[in-house]
Amino acid sequence: MGKVGIIGVGQSAFVRGYGGSIRELAFEGFKECMKDAQISVKDIDASIVCSAPEYDKQRSPAGVFAEYLGLTPQPTFYTESLCSSSSTGLKLAYSLIKSGLHDVVMVIGFQKMSEISSAESQERMGRGADIQWESPFGTMMPAYYAMYARAHMEKYGTTLEDLALIRVKASTYGQINEKAVYRKPVTLEMFSDPQSPMSNPVASPLRVGDCCANADGSSCLIVASEEKARAFSNKPVWILGIGAASAPVNMAARDLFTGLSVGEQAGRQAYEMAGVTPKDIDVAEVHDCFTIAEMMAYENLGFAKPGEGKDLIKSKETYKEGSIPVNVDGGLLSKGHPIGATGGSQIRTIVLQLRGEAGEMQVKDPEIGLVHNIGGVGLYGNVTILGRA
Amino acid sequence: MAKKEVDDRFKKFGTVSFTSISKVNDFIDYLEKGKVAGTRCKECGSVFFPPRADCYQCLSSNMEWFEVSGTGKLLAYSKLQYGPVGFEGDLPYCIAVLDYGDYKVFGRIAGELKDEEIKIGMDMKTVVNKLPNGQLNYVFQRA
Repeated sequence: MGKVGIIGVGQSAFVRGYGGSIRELAFEGFKECMKDAQISVKDIDASIVCSAPEYDKQRSPAGVFAEYLGLTPQPTFYTESLCSSSSTGLKLAYSLIKSGLHDVVMVIGFQKMSEISSAESQERMGRGADIQWESPFGTMMPAYYAMYARAHMEKYGTTLEDLALIRVKASTYGQINEKAVYRKPVTLEMFSDPQSPMSNPVASPLRVGDCCANADGSSCLIVASEEKARAFSNKPVWILGIGAASAPVNMAARDLFTGLSVGEQAGRQAYEMAGVTPKDIDVAEVHDCFTIAEMMAYENLGFAKPGEGKDLIKSKETYKEGSIPVNVDGGLLSKGHPIGATGGSQIRTIVLQLRGEAGEMQVKDPEIGLVHNIGGVGLYGNVTILGRA
Repeated sequence: MAKKEVDDRFKKFGTVSFTSISKVNDFIDYLEKGKVAGTRCKECGSVFFPPRADCYQCLSSNMEWFEVSGTGKLLAYSKLQYGPVGFEGDLPYCIAVLDYGDYKVFGRIAGELKDEEIKIGMDMKTVVNKLPNGQLNYVFQRA
């Protein structure tokens, strides 16, 4: 059985208040991806559409997109795993190709979060947690991650400044990523300046600066069998490992509050399948919906030992020039987090890095890259390892 | 013809309930009596909080109720300065998890506790709380 490769990547700019409908938003990522792959829609055997459905008025967007993007009469379907929907889509595309059912599959991720107000959006996101037993207490995503931050700080002595350093790093790259929604610099001083919105508490200990930006956006990937990948592309990037895991939705059923078990489990599976170790990773995209989430990802993925994630960021090892560059496209924190589009955008970043096409954000000569994409509060975890060879 | 009566007691749980009908609606009756209750599987003895109607271990739905009593240790918490739609009147409030050993409980920390009094690892107890809008939940108090 041959390998599976990615032969096309694209994404829209991540923006506040996209001036178009969801099918038009999907077209933006699709167009860039098709131009990148230089193939025809007739070459695509099936498509998978990924988002968190509660934002949309449109039911079953897969059929609507297939028509708008010219992907009929090929089969299309919809999948979701909250913020990791398009990583799940990629895993399904991989499986469809490995099974021999299809040779070329498109994965389209999108989210138009501005369809609803910010407060409504928070409430919708909160309902990705346990609506019977937790939502009645008034829960929100930042507060859940804040509980993890509090526990991490208590156990390992991680400080608010350590967390802020992660945001400062994200903004360094958000400023040079033309697709990013937040392109302004963020400094450490802003977190202690009451005049700066960054210092504004959201859910203690997390502040506005610790939280990612809501955005509208779309992403698009074309995945192909080895034979088709080699026929269509002179620069395919190969899927070396894929891991996925789930955890109890209810916080009361969790054992660990200083890390995400799904990140660790999905990572272990992906490393094993790819036959590599954390030391082999040259560039990574991790799910930094909050600063603490990136800190935990360092530890869950084995870039640092538990409790030592703070040393990585303090020594700038996760900057572009460091030993393990992480989120050098601005991450969810500065690039933005349009739920269903996020995983595909992370994959796009690593594919561009491995091809040497990441422009100002380019890491020096990477061969193996990793994508860590989480759904909900560590409810779903997906880790994908990509390679040039 | 008489309308079929719907047992929607669960809509009383929390500031805003997103569920009205559940097989563990008796949970609300326990709250009314000042008790917070979980379930225990009568077949295999598995203990569940929050309560479940069904045991995934032995596929039994033969459950008995037990009262959450004694004290648990505070594992994690966060104080919210912004709340979802419908919770604005409760702000600010703390969500938290207590570890009772055999099970854990997710809920809110009692409003009267000051920030500096809240410490991870502290012993707390779970007590029923009546909300200003007449709804019921439970909160954690210092033990």
